[in-house]
Amino acid sequence: MQHAEARQEDLSASREGRGRPATRDEVVVARHLEKRFGDFVAVDGIDFSVERGEVFGFLGPNGAGKTSTMRMVSCLSPVSGGELSVLGMEPNAHGPEIRRRLGLVPQDDTLDLELSVRDNLYLYGRYFDLPRREVRQRVERLLEFAHLSEKGDEEVDNLSGGMKRRLTIARALISEPELVILDEPTTGLDPQARHLLWDRLYRLKQEGVTLVITTHYMDEAEQLCDRLVVMDKGKIVAAGSPRQLIDTYSTREVAELRFGVDENAAAAERLAELAARVEVLPDRVLLYTDDGDEALRAALGLGLRPEASLVRRSSLEDVFLRLTGRSLVD
Amino acid sequence: MGALAAPRPSLLRPGWLRPYRYFAFRYKRTWRGTVTSSILYPILYLLAMGLGLGHLVNSHLHAVDQTGRLGGVGYVQFLAPGLLVASAMQWGTNESMYPVMGGLKWLKTYHALLATPVRVRDLVSGHLAWVATRVGGASALFLAVLAVFGDVPSPLGVLAVLVAVLTGLAFAGPVAAFTATQENDAALPVLYRLGTVPLFLFSGTFFPIAQLPGWLQVVARATPLYHGVALSRALVLGRVSAPAALAHASYLVAMATLGAWAARRTFTRRLVV
Ligand SMILES: Nc1ncnc2c1ncn2[C@@H]1O[C@H](COP(=O)(O)OP(=O)(O)O)[C@@H](O)[C@H]1O
Ligand SMILES: [Mg+2]
Repeated sequence: MQHAEARQEDLSASREGRGRPATRDEVVVARHLEKRFGDFVAVDGIDFSVERGEVFGFLGPNGAGKTSTMRMVSCLSPVSGGELSVLGMEPNAHGPEIRRRLGLVPQDDTLDLELSVRDNLYLYGRYFDLPRREVRQRVERLLEFAHLSEKGDEEVDNLSGGMKRRLTIARALISEPELVILDEPTTGLDPQARHLLWDRLYRLKQEGVTLVITTHYMDEAEQLCDRLVVMDKGKIVAAGSPRQLIDTYSTREVAELRFGVDENAAAAERLAELAARVEVLPDRVLLYTDDGDEALRAALGLGLRPEASLVRRSSLEDVFLRLTGRSLVD
Repeated sequence: MGALAAPRPSLLRPGWLRPYRYFAFRYKRTWRGTVTSSILYPILYLLAMGLGLGHLVNSHLHAVDQTGRLGGVGYVQFLAPGLLVASAMQWGTNESMYPVMGGLKWLKTYHALLATPVRVRDLVSGHLAWVATRVGGASALFLAVLAVFGDVPSPLGVLAVLVAVLTGLAFAGPVAAFTATQENDAALPVLYRLGTVPLFLFSGTFFPIAQLPGWLQVVARATPLYHGVALSRALVLGRVSAPAALAHASYLVAMATLGAWAARRTFTRRLVV
């Protein structure tokens, strides 16, 4: 209950805070949106709206319902209940028109592994009935954008995971869409490949493209998203900017203390007084406080001797832990 | 954007053309092999049947069969137009088994298509249009080889290519519909062995179905291959009876239409979830 109220405040705060005019351009609007597979409810009545030009995130663990939501927004999957409007149109009635103006980076790559990088882009462009010459020009531009110019004639099967992901993103851009949906664009990539991708996505945002991105990496959400919703078990449990979410659901800093495997719980009891909130994980105790160093000193003052300790700023991981009692990535 | 935003499908740019272009482009990778086999296959058959089996059959017919169960033509001339259509069945079937499974599951290229303005119905008609092109091309080559060997006595024989395409589609639709219901490819070889191979052998390609026991004749008449073979043979040998030809052609068109409809249904069920 307390969370629901906070969420309302978040949303209004985020809108006013950005000083937007009263008539916002909403690219995606969902009201009580539902997706059911038989009796199973994968998306359980969610509300959100994405404004033109922003990067909007869905953060949540596996099975939260992120992909199901993205597939409905991309008009690939019929809406089971509630309302959804994409680019001002209703997906069940206007799928092809919407998809014409939307780029999708699906969670699983759907590249033709037996064709070259260039041919994959070219053929995708032709699905949109774009003229041959125009597609060829766009292909060269996008190869450069995706850092794949040297790989143009390579069979896709020979590319690394990061290159395939960049190619999939380039492919989604061939129709110059105004809205791009990215379902876990960096899952499975090494840090360097992820940073390169983030950089490309940032450039897209600067060009005014609206991005909707799902991730289960909190650092990705924090880096990229203007606003995001935290999803768990088919529901939205919080919404706002990364900063607002952290301010609302966590403290400024966190002190992490590792004790022996069986000693964390006992230590936590003695630490309860020292922080606004204490969380016990299997391998460590988290002290939520505005001054982590101070809390750590106090803990040592109590005679506790952790095997290891560190002080860090709060992250969306802490927000998720607070909201669901679980870690984001197991 | 504006001016270059993708246009809507229209008469000049039908929806099926988008997936079709992709299938055609992909074919560039393998066309040499398929062209070679559609020339070699009939040559090998004609040699084996003409020099070997045909010889035996013909001398046997002369000795015992004055009534002309093969319609009074040599065995190879009897066989050739049937073989053309039986091959069309195999091409149509093959194109709708592993390539469809690949698009749905292995390469997931169908999923890529459907994230664009392409609709499921465009995908299905694009697939079938492509199968028609493949079967048409291969059958034309096949027929050309037959003509070179002197086995196409009637100019009407040219129309046998159309019959081959129709027969190919009469199989491609239902088989694609079936493939789209399968989680993996385990059932595909079974379908081939229990479906295609018996049809190949018992639908009047190698011998008139009058040779079969009565109940099997009924079964044979119910399959598209029988009608394709009968129509193709009538055209190539120049012995067309209009009502029979119309009946055969109608059957093939009906089967192809039904198959396309079924494929659209199963593709939708599989892909739109
Ligand atoms: N086609 C489907 N049929 C049945 N259940 C599905 C299907 N797709 C997804 N689900 C279920 O819906 C839930 C949400 O899945 P998904 O939207 O993929 O979540 P996420 O992308 O957040 O990991 C999961 O429990 C998943 O097993
Ligand atoms: Mg997912």
